[in-house]
Parts: sequence; structure tokens; C-alpha cells
Amino acid sequence: MSLKTIQAATGFKDYLPKEYQDLIDDGPFLQKRKVSELGSFKEALEEHPMCSGCAMTLFIRLCYVGFPSLEHTVLVGTAGCGRLAISQGAVPFVYGNYGDTNAVATGLKRGLEIRFKDQPKDVVVMAGDGGLADIGFHAVMHSWFRKEKFTTVMLDNEVYGNTGGQDSGMTQKGMVMKMAPTGKKFEKMDMLGLAKTAGVAYTARIAPTNPTRVANTIRKAVLIAREVGPTFIQAYTSCNIEYAIPTPKVMDDARAVEKDRYSFEEYFSDEAKAYWDESEKERKRLRKAKK
Amino acid sequence: MERGKEPTYRVVPGPEGLLPPAATVMGVALPEEGEGLVEGRIVSETEALEQAAIAMLTRKNATLFPGPLMLWGWNEHTNQKADAFFEMAKEIPGVRIIPMPDYRPIYPKIDPEAVINPCHPNLTIWHNKIEACVFIGVHCHYANITLKMVRAGTNCYTIALCAEAGHEDAMASVPNFDIDKIDRFRDALIRVKKNGVKPLYEGKGIVPTGWAQISKLPGEALSKPEGELVQAGATPGFSHELESGLDDTAE
Repeated sequence: MSLKTIQAATGFKDYLPKEYQDLIDDGPFLQKRKVSELGSFKEALEEHPMCSGCAMTLFIRLCYVGFPSLEHTVLVGTAGCGRLAISQGAVPFVYGNYGDTNAVATGLKRGLEIRFKDQPKDVVVMAGDGGLADIGFHAVMHSWFRKEKFTTVMLDNEVYGNTGGQDSGMTQKGMVMKMAPTGKKFEKMDMLGLAKTAGVAYTARIAPTNPTRVANTIRKAVLIAREVGPTFIQAYTSCNIEYAIPTPKVMDDARAVEKDRYSFEEYFSDEAKAYWDESEKERKRLRKAKK
Repeated sequence: MERGKEPTYRVVPGPEGLLPPAATVMGVALPEEGEGLVEGRIVSETEALEQAAIAMLTRKNATLFPGPLMLWGWNEHTNQKADAFFEMAKEIPGVRIIPMPDYRPIYPKIDPEAVINPCHPNLTIWHNKIEACVFIGVHCHYANITLKMVRAGTNCYTIALCAEAGHEDAMASVPNFDIDKIDRFRDALIRVKKNGVKPLYEGKGIVPTGWAQISKLPGEALSKPEGELVQAGATPGFSHELESGLDDTAE
């Protein structure tokens, strides 16, 4: 496989639309971009059809910055708000059926490992709480039990956002939604607890209040998945439409929810911790050597 | 349907309606090496290339749609293919080149002068009033969708120059389209011109599209053809006079 896929063939560059020319000249590929550089380079995701003020879109944008090697990443998603943005990104995206994202990702990861023996390819499932905790639950759990080496990112907006506001397993107990007028009947599912029980190597709970932390967390999860085993990130990405959060208040809500019940929390298995500490040491050593 | 038996169904420019049948279920078979398809009938490769050449030279706003396999410099072979592509393009006076860089469903809105998208190719064809086009370097599963949509909703003559088996849903198609065959298509363009086919836009070069974005390109001056320019005030905002004074509370 050649990375020349992000170079135009002879003579064609001038015929490409401006946004593709920018991706070639000043895109996020083949180099590490930082959150602080946002706005100074062509992002993998810019135009999208998401609602104004959507926290999920911000989170996804930050993930694109955090992926350790964007040019070697394949995303898998399913029906839900998130895929409307993810499918617009300049990164290969596989649209799994509802319920089978983690099964698709399993096949993809194993296939890529056989096809590209010398080049790690990162597979990341990025789907909503409905797609992962409800309809895709069995595939998610079994991919974890099998210790499949890819990252699962749950865009947890605590509701079925684009089908009119049904409660999901991740909705808070008692929450009254448009399509759940008598309130959610049972507790929010403890996906992080289930992940730990299933033997996931690294889990994180996060809200998009700190952009650098989001990028670092996704990077950590992808790198650990590459070397150790399955990783899981549960991200609070509010639905400002179904939860009637005024657009300018979306980040206020994220901060309030983070303070109340969605604080940043991460868990490493022993093996993941040992790998991460060792690779951190190595990175520090390399940084020092550069200086 | 049995190979060699001529199907009664003809794959001709549409619009054929919302859901045209797949040509293959109507009995259109794929050509073998050395053959081509013209309007659903298997003909010799030379005839298919000449028919495609005539369509590109004589129909309005002929356009080349290079897909990802053509546009991106995967390897040296792709670059050589690109050179042959431009040599061929130069033989079609007034041809436009509108790329299909990838298959992302471009929302909320595409720029139909700059790009064509397999999810709604008809928008680009309608907008640019394209009546003949070549798809080259488009992955087959997307080409199949695109060709059917174009036949469904436009009067565009589609030509699929396919590196694999060819496409039944195109009006003209030649399989295994490698660099040699691009050269043969260029030769066919030269030949039909010599044989008396007069190009519709004789004397013109490659017409830049996506006007502002590719301003550096040589070719025609950077302006829309006069017929496409819209004078301010010339087009009414509504197709009829607006009624005023409606009573909102009237039953």
C-alpha cells in the first residue's frame, strides 16, 4: 500500500476542488498535529450536517486530531447522529449495520493485520449509545471477551437523538423524553464496569470540556489497542436538541454534567499500564535526545 | 440471457424514470476482451471506441469524470495513465474535467461545477448541462450506481472506460481499459475527426470547471460561456407574481 493516495496523479491536482488541494498541501496526514494547531491546518473533518452547537461534532473533530496515525486509521460506525459527521471525514469509514459494528471491526482488524504485516492499521468503532450499548451490545461485549485489538468509542448523548428522542440504555433513570413520556424506567447502564469485567485493557470516561485531554485520551486508547487489547472510551456528547440545551450553553452543560456525574476517569489493566509507562518513558527519552 | 443473442432492451440516454431496470436483468451481457458495448449490444472494441468518440465530440458539454483510481497517484502506473488521459482529453475540443475524488456523501451541498459525487451524480450533470460523459477510474460498485442514476434522470450519454469487466448500464463501455486502450481511444477520436465528424466546440481546449477554484489552469479564459451567464435582474425570483394582502385568518 502506498501513501501516495494522498497525492494527486500527474496533472490532476489543479482539477481537484480546493478542499482536496488543501488536504494534500496542509492536511493532517503523515504528521502529528496538536490541538493547539487547530485552525492552522486543513482538518480531516470540516463541513458536516450536524446540528448547530453539537458537542458530538466537537468531540469527533478532536478525535481526528488525536488519532496517532490518521492515514492508517479506519473508522467503523452505524446509524445515529455521529456517522453523519464521521462519513464526511477524509478517513475511510465503514458503515456497519445497526448491531454489528464490533463484529465488522473484528473482521476488518484481523484482515488488515494479515494484509499489512509491517504496518499497524488502527480500527476504531465510533457509534452512539444506541448503536453500542443497546442494539450493538452483544457484538461489543463479545469483541471485548475475545480481546480484539481495536478501540470502541461510545458517543453517549443519552438518547436516540435522530429518531425523535427515545430513551436508550444510557439515558439517566427517570429522564422524561419526547418518546419516553413517563420517564426512563431503569438505571443508566454501567458500560465502563462491564468493560472492566470483560477484560478491556483501557477504559476512559470523558466529556469534551478539555480539548487536549480528549485528543490525548483517544491517542492513548488507540495505541494501547494496537499493542495490548481492546479499549473503550465513553464520551458525554450531549444532544442539545432532545435535551433542549440552548446552543450557546452546550459547553456549560458539558462542564456541569462533568462536575456532577461524568468526571474524567480512566482505568488501565496491569498489562496496559506497563505498556503505557514504558512507551511514555521511551517518548520522553526521544524528546530529550531531540533537544 | 444467452450470450450472442441480441437483447431487445436498449441502453440509451434517459431520462428513463426513477428506477430504470438494471441492464443486466434486461439481457445485456458484458463484453469480452477485444469487444465493447454500445447501447446494450456487443460490438468490436474499435466500433465501441468510435461510437464513444463521436458522442464525446458531438454532444453538448462533454465531460470527463476521473474517479479515485485515476486521480490519485497510487503508483508510477497511475501517473503514466494520467499522462495518457490528458493526451486523450486534448483531442476532445471544449471538454470539461470534473473529478470524483472520493465517495463521501457530500453534505450539506456539493459544488456541482467542481466535483461529481456518486450519491447524486445527476446534480452535476444537470447543473452543467452535460450530454456526454466518460467515467474512468471509478470503482465498479460505485460506477454501477452512478450510471443507473444518470440514466434515470438525465439525457446524458454515459461512457464507462472500465479497468475491469465493463458496465452494462453505460451507453458505451470497453473492458480492461489500460494505458494502451486510453491511447486507442485517443486514436479513435483523431480517426473519427479525420473521417468527417465535426466537433461541436472546434478550436477550444480543455474548459476549466469549478471556475474560481482552478483559476491557474490554462485553456479557456476564466469565464463562463456567454450563454450560461445570468444577468442581474434577468431571472425572476418567483415564477409568478406574488399575491399580497392575504388574510391569514380567512377560513
